[in-house]
Amino acid sequence: MDRPDPDELLDRIQRDEDRRQRGKLKIFFGASAGVGKTFAMLQAARRQREDGVDVVVGVVETHGREETLALLDGFDVLPVARVAWRGRTLAGFDLDAALARKPQLVLVDELAHSNPPGSRHLKRWQDVHEVLDAGIDVYTTVNVQHLESLNDVVGQITGIRVRETVPDRVFDFADEVTLVDLPPEELLERMRDGKVYLPQQAERAARNFFRKGNLIALRELALRRTADRVDAQMREYRADQSIERIWHARERLIVCVGPGPESATLVRAAARLAASLRADWLAVYVETPKLQRLPDALRERTLAALKLAAEFGAETVTLPGDDIAATLVAYARMRNVSRFVVGASAGASWWRRAMAASVDARIARAAADVDVTLVNAAAMRAASGRGERLPRFTGPGDDARRSPAVSYGYALALCAAVTVAASALLDRIALANLVMLYLLGAIITAARLGRGPGVLYSFLGVASFDFFFVPPRLSLTVSDTQYLLTFAVMLLTSLTISHLTSSLRRRAHIAVLRERRTGAMFAMTRELGAALATEQIIRTGSRHLSDTFSARTAILLPDSAEKVRQKVEQPDPAITLDAAALDLDIAQWVYDRQKPAGHGTDTLPATAALYLPLKAPMRTRGVLAVLCENMRELAIPEQRRMLDTFASQIALAIERVHYVEIAQDALVNMESERLRNSLLSAISHDLRTPLTAIVGFASLLARQDADVGASSPQSRQLAEAIHDEALRMTGLVTNLLDMARLQGGRVKLNHQWSSLEEVVGAAIAGARRILAGRKTSARVPADLPLVNLDPVLVERVFANLLENAVKYTPAQTPVSIDARLVQDADRRRVRIEVLDHGPGLPPGMESRVFEKFTRGEKESAQPGIGLGLAICRAIVDAHGGRIGAFNRADAAGRVIGACFWFELPADATPVLDLDAADAVGH
Amino acid sequence: MRSAISAMETIVNVVVIEDDRQIRRFVQTSLEGDAMRVTAVETGRSGLTMVAASRPDLVIVDLGLPDMDGLDVILRLREWSSVPVIVLSARSTEQEKVAALDAGADDYLTKPFGVAELVARIRAQLRRQNRPAAVESAVVRFGEIVVDLDARRVQRGGAPVHLTPIEYRLLAALARHAGRVITQRQLLQEVWGPSRVDSPHYLRIYMGHLRHKLERDPAQPEHIVTETGVGYRLVGVQ
Repeated sequence: MDRPDPDELLDRIQRDEDRRQRGKLKIFFGASAGVGKTFAMLQAARRQREDGVDVVVGVVETHGREETLALLDGFDVLPVARVAWRGRTLAGFDLDAALARKPQLVLVDELAHSNPPGSRHLKRWQDVHEVLDAGIDVYTTVNVQHLESLNDVVGQITGIRVRETVPDRVFDFADEVTLVDLPPEELLERMRDGKVYLPQQAERAARNFFRKGNLIALRELALRRTADRVDAQMREYRADQSIERIWHARERLIVCVGPGPESATLVRAAARLAASLRADWLAVYVETPKLQRLPDALRERTLAALKLAAEFGAETVTLPGDDIAATLVAYARMRNVSRFVVGASAGASWWRRAMAASVDARIARAAADVDVTLVNAAAMRAASGRGERLPRFTGPGDDARRSPAVSYGYALALCAAVTVAASALLDRIALANLVMLYLLGAIITAARLGRGPGVLYSFLGVASFDFFFVPPRLSLTVSDTQYLLTFAVMLLTSLTISHLTSSLRRRAHIAVLRERRTGAMFAMTRELGAALATEQIIRTGSRHLSDTFSARTAILLPDSAEKVRQKVEQPDPAITLDAAALDLDIAQWVYDRQKPAGHGTDTLPATAALYLPLKAPMRTRGVLAVLCENMRELAIPEQRRMLDTFASQIALAIERVHYVEIAQDALVNMESERLRNSLLSAISHDLRTPLTAIVGFASLLARQDADVGASSPQSRQLAEAIHDEALRMTGLVTNLLDMARLQGGRVKLNHQWSSLEEVVGAAIAGARRILAGRKTSARVPADLPLVNLDPVLVERVFANLLENAVKYTPAQTPVSIDARLVQDADRRRVRIEVLDHGPGLPPGMESRVFEKFTRGEKESAQPGIGLGLAICRAIVDAHGGRIGAFNRADAAGRVIGACFWFELPADATPVLDLDAADAVGH
Repeated sequence: MRSAISAMETIVNVVVIEDDRQIRRFVQTSLEGDAMRVTAVETGRSGLTMVAASRPDLVIVDLGLPDMDGLDVILRLREWSSVPVIVLSARSTEQEKVAALDAGADDYLTKPFGVAELVARIRAQLRRQNRPAAVESAVVRFGEIVVDLDARRVQRGGAPVHLTPIEYRLLAALARHAGRVITQRQLLQEVWGPSRVDSPHYLRIYMGHLRHKLERDPAQPEHIVTETGVGYRLVGVQ
């Protein structure tokens, strides 16, 4: 029996859960500008508004069209955010205003728009994301050419590339997509009528764009993309309903990216393929020593390609290795990859040809059981225009691994020294052996100074040997032609030695760097593992971060209100970021959204520092702010990955300490709870035992006197007084112990379905001695439902309220108890009132009487320490109820007594089995 | 009441197991004043020995003993004896009381208590003990209510009262335990059977019906009394 994959089900439940809380995104999708997306959106919004939905226009581009303007009429329009930038004022969607206004629905036109520099997010779709996160619905519009995965294709069709794109996942995760369709003929007609807005400067290009052929192609793309989405929904529905019987083994494909400019195209192609196959996919960068030597600008391109892949939903991996094909195939086998996507190498640059040609061929050879899809990325790049070429970076010192100029000087000097030494030895050593001296020099140069100086030395050495030693001396000409062979072999040997030695050296250098990173990580992990307190973790983490990245850092942790704060007592200014350099708002955003922000990210990239969430398995534990002397360092993939690893290690350590603290607290609580309970029961036993004896003896005395025949009525009265006082003392002890128990915090309620009538009856019966013959009445409706409460504790509430009423009202005045059901909008409660006919509460005491050791009258003749009402409140609170008191007044406004009331929740009713009840009418 | 017991012409033997000397002395004095023979011991172990040796008519056990739990004393006692047992315990330990009653104790007294309560409880136990089941009166009267257990008839002030079968079973259970406490669990077991012992809400509902039919003021019952957190007791039986 095929069943839905449980992981997928869980995933879907999670997604549904997320969606319920988030706002709904509806996209009005069109093939090109001018099809009427904005118009359709406004019409839909009008209908919503007529249904009573709170709709606000966030930003709508009317382009001055009157029919659109007319539709805007009557809407609440948010003022546009104006951002000053380089002396100009740019307008955009005001995210904060929308969040503050918190309507049910916001209209945000042109999802693909880029935000003005200085805004929180680079892109408008990120703003929309945040609005949705806040639980607000959004209507928006997108053109097909702005979809990331179709960007290339549209570029090829129309010859015009747009830079503003929306990731496909935004489109795919939209709750609803409405295709706004207009046949090309009508669109062109609208254009001729001037109904389609075209920016002045781009008019020519745009005219080129709006050719009928283009429009037909675009329309087809839009229709197909929408159909794909519908298809995906259909499949999801079928999976939901478990209609689908065949569960394919998941396809998984892998794409190999590199520093070449076609990587991005390759990634897009792989993304389309993965989407159409519904496959997981991986984007892998195999970093060979050779690639590690590339300038940072090219490495950044790799990073960008990986990031793009991650945006498309790929898992990105960087693997170290010497051989791209071998590493890739080994990894692919490990991950059960079913398909490779590799860029075809035709038309590539010379080194790509030398490398990649062998790469795709070798992959195909090495992994015969796996499909290999070749993408002619280079050709696509040629078609898709010039936009992608990065500016060449030629600044000095950019590649630290290149040998400095002075090394060449040293190579020159060494060559001279060898020549001098050789001429000194010329008389004693054969000419052929002098070559060895030069070769020795080649080894030294390459090992010490690197490849470039080694190559220089090789040529210089051959030249010097020829010039100074080969006859005729001091001339480059050679008399004996056999020396030409010597030169050739010497040069070749020297160059080979240079190459081998320098690559050995480079590998050693890479190994040292890797070792150093691992070492730094290990050192920090070990220290963090030993840390026992959060402060210690912060100190250790900051120090290691500062050592490794030469950065100043701050670790911000949330307080009880979930606001992140810096918590270091005495920060070391050399390694710690001070409050002035920190932006707590960004840190809070990072903490709330669990996404990095600041320098080098999509969110507020203009900020000086980088803010990373400290993500631990259970939850985000805080925010790490990093400010490097050279922030570009952090853009290097290894450095960034290293930083991420540091952050997650710190987060793990914080989480571990957090749970240790919780466990300790629990232990201490348990221990103190145990201590308190044993103390209480000891006190209870020791106080009550003598009281029991006193009460017993007093009752015995009173009875004996009665039996003897009232020889002395006075001594009998005395005995009864002792009896009563001892009982009252018992009551006080009971109250004190009750209070001590309730004060303990966790009151354990022994919930039972109880009838209030019964509890009231038991309480009145128990208080009979105290009531001393007062008239008491209880009105409890017969149809009052059962309430789930702790009957023993609630009886204590009644006992204390009755005792209180007796204490503060004149003797013989009646006391009554009323109970009734109170129904709110959504909650049901029982309300109980204890009414007396006394002087009422002193003004202002209505709520204070429930505080401990508070009594109605300051210097009352009445004994007692004012615990009774405090106990009542504690018990009612523990039941999730409310308690209060007020003075009752008659029509004339005179106080006729006090009313003490409390309410207990009574939402639930017990389930009754009919077979346990009597048959009706029996 | 003294006459009631002395009229039986037999000396009642009571064993009191209580660790506090003064309470022991008080109980002993009270009961001896009521013409009972009292043996008071301090520990659970010596109490068990004493009960085995003297075969008393009634045992009083304090739940908090120094050498062993009062509950254990009852359980051990019940292994070989059906002598009535009354436990003494403090307030706010209702669960202990219920445990003791369910373990086989017959009634309880909450400390502090007076002579009158003590003697009344003992009397209720002895009355049951001294009356063989066959001779047990089939008619129970309290207030203006008359319950004829043979004829399954209930009258209030001479007029018949209509009870549903469950209400009647409930009332009959209370009447059989007249003057003695009966725990919720015991009542549920007797009236509804073992499957409902953990559903006290049936009990609350039917007890309410019964009170409305038999009590003058159901909110201040005179006869069907609630022992909060423990159970019920039918009082005032003539």
